[in-house]
Amino acid sequence: MFSAQQSCWFVRKVICWRAAASIAWAVLLLPPTTAAFIILSRFSILHPFQWISECLSLLTSASAIFSFILLGGVIIIVGFLNLEYYTVIPNIACSKIALLGQLLHPRQFLSSLVHCIMGIIVAWCCAVTIGGRYETLGYPCVESDGSPEMCLNEYHLVLLLAGAFVGFSHSLLGVIHNMNYVSFHTVQRYKYLRFKGSLPLVVKCSATQALYSVRNYIVIYFFLGYIPKTWMCKTLNLHLNSSLHSLDTIAGLLDLCLIYHLWISATFLLFTWYITLVLFRIFVTEVYSFPVQSSFTEDSHQCLPKVITEKQPMILKFLALQDLALLSQHAPLRRSEVFSLSQPGGHPHNWNAISKECLSLLSDLTQRLIVYHDTVATNGRAKPLSTGSERKTSSDTSGDDPFTPKSTPLMKTPASVFTRSVVGGPQSPLTAPFTPDLDSPFASPALRRLTAPVGQCSPWHDTVQSPHIMRRGPKLWSTSTDSHVNGSPQLSPASVPSPKQEVSKPSLLAQFLQNRKEQVKNFLAKRVLIMYLFNKLPEASSQALFADSQAHIWALEGLSYLVQASFSEDRFGVVQTTLPSILSSMLVLQEAVDRHFKLPHASSKPVRSSGTMGDCHYKTLRFALRATLKTAIYRITTTFGDHLSTVQMSAEHRKRLQQFLEYKE
Amino acid sequence: MCSLALFPPPLPSGHTTLCESNNELLSGASSEDHRLIQVSQNKLGINTAFLDHSETLWMRSAAAWRDGGFTGLLNEITNSHTEDIFQILKIWCTLALLQWVSSFHGSLFPHLTLSSEDMIAEFSQVLNWPDCVVRAFAWHPHTDKFAVALLDDSIKIYNPKSATTPTLKHRLQRSVAAVQWKPLCASALAVACQNCLLVWHVDPCSLSTRPSSGCAQVLSHPGHSPVTSIAWSPSGSLLVSASPMDTAMMVWDVAAENCVPLQRVGGGGVTFLSWSPDGSHVLASTPSLLFRVWETRMWTCERWPCVKGRCQSGCWSPDGSRLLFTVQGETVIYALTFTDAPGKVYTAAAVVADLSETTFNTQDGDITVGGEIQSLAWDPKGERLAVLLKGLVQSDRPPVIAVFKTRTSPIFELLPCGFVQGEPGAEPRLMQFHPNFQHGALLTVCWSTGRITHVPFYFLSAGVPHFGLNGSPSLPRPQERPSDFANQSLFTEMIS
Repeated sequence: MFSAQQSCWFVRKVICWRAAASIAWAVLLLPPTTAAFIILSRFSILHPFQWISECLSLLTSASAIFSFILLGGVIIIVGFLNLEYYTVIPNIACSKIALLGQLLHPRQFLSSLVHCIMGIIVAWCCAVTIGGRYETLGYPCVESDGSPEMCLNEYHLVLLLAGAFVGFSHSLLGVIHNMNYVSFHTVQRYKYLRFKGSLPLVVKCSATQALYSVRNYIVIYFFLGYIPKTWMCKTLNLHLNSSLHSLDTIAGLLDLCLIYHLWISATFLLFTWYITLVLFRIFVTEVYSFPVQSSFTEDSHQCLPKVITEKQPMILKFLALQDLALLSQHAPLRRSEVFSLSQPGGHPHNWNAISKECLSLLSDLTQRLIVYHDTVATNGRAKPLSTGSERKTSSDTSGDDPFTPKSTPLMKTPASVFTRSVVGGPQSPLTAPFTPDLDSPFASPALRRLTAPVGQCSPWHDTVQSPHIMRRGPKLWSTSTDSHVNGSPQLSPASVPSPKQEVSKPSLLAQFLQNRKEQVKNFLAKRVLIMYLFNKLPEASSQALFADSQAHIWALEGLSYLVQASFSEDRFGVVQTTLPSILSSMLVLQEAVDRHFKLPHASSKPVRSSGTMGDCHYKTLRFALRATLKTAIYRITTTFGDHLSTVQMSAEHRKRLQQFLEYKE
Repeated sequence: MCSLALFPPPLPSGHTTLCESNNELLSGASSEDHRLIQVSQNKLGINTAFLDHSETLWMRSAAAWRDGGFTGLLNEITNSHTEDIFQILKIWCTLALLQWVSSFHGSLFPHLTLSSEDMIAEFSQVLNWPDCVVRAFAWHPHTDKFAVALLDDSIKIYNPKSATTPTLKHRLQRSVAAVQWKPLCASALAVACQNCLLVWHVDPCSLSTRPSSGCAQVLSHPGHSPVTSIAWSPSGSLLVSASPMDTAMMVWDVAAENCVPLQRVGGGGVTFLSWSPDGSHVLASTPSLLFRVWETRMWTCERWPCVKGRCQSGCWSPDGSRLLFTVQGETVIYALTFTDAPGKVYTAAAVVADLSETTFNTQDGDITVGGEIQSLAWDPKGERLAVLLKGLVQSDRPPVIAVFKTRTSPIFELLPCGFVQGEPGAEPRLMQFHPNFQHGALLTVCWSTGRITHVPFYFLSAGVPHFGLNGSPSLPRPQERPSDFANQSLFTEMIS
């Protein structure tokens, strides 16, 4: 489980400590939570003094301290699972079958099992603290023939099983609602205030979620309750007390006191776990200030220009970009370090590294959008093949010379980026007719490989395809941080295999196979269940496309603020060399994003996020990106104004920029 | 300290302020060529075209629930004339209980007992908001276009470069208290409404005169209504909104439509917001004797208790280092200074101007001017400060706009400039400076007659051009005589 990312200095020195601090706070919050739970669970309006005194004596008893220790252990394990399973790029399932795949993944299964066990432990602690009829599993009873025996206490069993069920459903819902996704907030606040602000939501969510879970649990126990009951009786050699009526009947389950205790225990369980999760999110997303340059060479790998280019771990890259966006807005001193020249040599290494990385992020997103748009736009129609038209990749850009402004591949096509793909698109004649949609499970393998950075959506397809694709399979299945490799914005188009090998002469055999395939496809398409499982969920592919767009948003903000500041602060003119490529890559991205939002299935408005613990931030990232992009271009045009006429750029871009200068976008 | 006694006397009746040039305010006898927009006084609306129709109690209750929440529902039911006595009795009891609880709460915060219309009228920056024809006005921060919210809850957008005048109407757009354009964006307009916030996206190239309600984003949060004030961050990324009913101030990420409530105990609500031009601070005033200044980096706040009344209005200097504010019940302007330097903590605000009643002897007899202040506006170069004085109806003291010349460096200084007056009978209701007028400052005033006029102040800026992070570099201004501009006022040619 400890992958290569654990060796990174940042994870060792920062993330682990942050996680440890969050767990420590969660454990410290346990006593007040437990006290509240005890007071609420023993609630009796008729005997208030007895109620209070009982609670006080219970809180100081030995069993309570033992429960504290147990619960603390549970919190530590939950916190560890949070650290192990968190991700900054959500794993979005594009179809029902993909979701099913995520749920049945072994790693997920392990997490569910652990949650189940911990649910039982928490429920046992609850049973002990509530006391009364819940306290022990067995109790002495007298059989009908008069002999003393041990009987099974069904109330205790119901509570334990409820804990297991709530733990299990918590872990399942965690996958469905992407609860392991950690989002970054635009409004920076101190940790204490953030925690205080999220507390009402946590209470509300745990109470409602507990209500739903208890409802489902009661239904399941009503139908299947006899199985664990008889099993427990057999293994522990206990007897069922025939004088009491059994709990898996309607009359037994309609005990309001029992339902209340089940609900309050489930709320307590979920509340402690949600608190751990919220604290983890708050601590891990806290701003980390990287030095822009260091006077010691051994610290140079911790500096912003170096860190920002790292591919792994993803959290490091995200925090570095966040720091860049903040320093470009608020810190004039650190900005001046970005604009500074290296002492021997006089090269603007800092600015070059930062701008190059930001531009490559933007061009990567542009490429992804173009590929996606092409596959959607062709919509199953064959394109005329123009031989020898190979797809241009960005691999031919040489970023070694610090004085050459990084020329993106998009600079070379002054005309619209989309014209190129029409002339010689990435599709081969073989695959093109069978590509109804990118994320359709029936997409051809060649296309899926081409669009590898995009389509982490339908893992089913990958597992049944050729071994070549199988290699990528495990990553697609995982819910873990490993998937960063796949959805990484670093994945340049150069790593995508050239479609050339696919462009062979269509032989008879291949054609025959293709015909067969289409027949199978048509056959399957008529089955309702299959279509239900494989049909794309609305919006999901669009969300998946922009899953890591928080990085792009920060890159855009950082670049635009730095360019704006350079108007008055950049003494050596280091930004001016890169200004044309910054502008053109922003304009090209703007065009691609505009195109994407004009696609028929892309909704034009964000969905309102409901109050769940799962973070819905990723659902609105594409809208945030669109707004940020426009603001970033306007920021540059309002700062430079008419001076932009002297910047070299293609006629197409100049026309587009003129629209921005006249405030007509 | 500057006082009204130093001001030149007000104009004789029948004269209208035209512009400032050569350091004095010029006036004219009639204003037929300077009339720019005449807004119809009639309360427009389609309601009059429909007959009254009675629905069942349940339907009305559902509608009231949707529009007014729980209290709206209860009011609807109590106002209904149904025969079910038992039902009425139950609801009456509930309402009585609620009123008892809320009267306790209301005794702490009296403004909570107001209806939402009265509340907007009480806390709005517009003088006499309920019967004001122009309820809100906003210049676009970068181009020559502006939005006007009218009495019939529609918003019109005027742009001299385009022949169309889009009219924005929305089902939820009622009792508009404020409008503001998003900075660094051509199209987004935020509107503070009775129950929600609307963000319109009006395509500047579109020829449509009635953008559909699909162009508007609806931002609402339970308990956050009526919205009386909004402010965009100067970088265009965030929007804050305030409601006197809600102790939390909302910070909206508009594109993602999610909000962060910034809750603080005390105050009982937030009434007025103003974001400093450099983006570093936000002024948030409350209905009680307290206002806060938020710092926008980590969103922490300073509490500033007032002695006499609540903070009525405020404005920031262009560099965001100085805050001018006024307090209800007092006739002075206070100043607060914010510096980055640590250790320099101000514990009290300084009085910079006294606007108490002053009597001028003119040929028409004695004219009394002065009193409480409704709103403040500082021009984006920091050289003119306009103050809208409330006036008093019973003592025959009409509302008037007093304009100061200001200087921020080396020391802060206020000098009298003059009074801006309109036609006889027209009272100023609302004013705003043009955000980037090249030749000085341009004050836009909305009058009680429904007119909107622009009063230019021609001067050469004393300070060096400000190349701040958030200010666009101003072009070098050639020395031009004001007569060159006298005949090319901004919107004369297109709007009859």
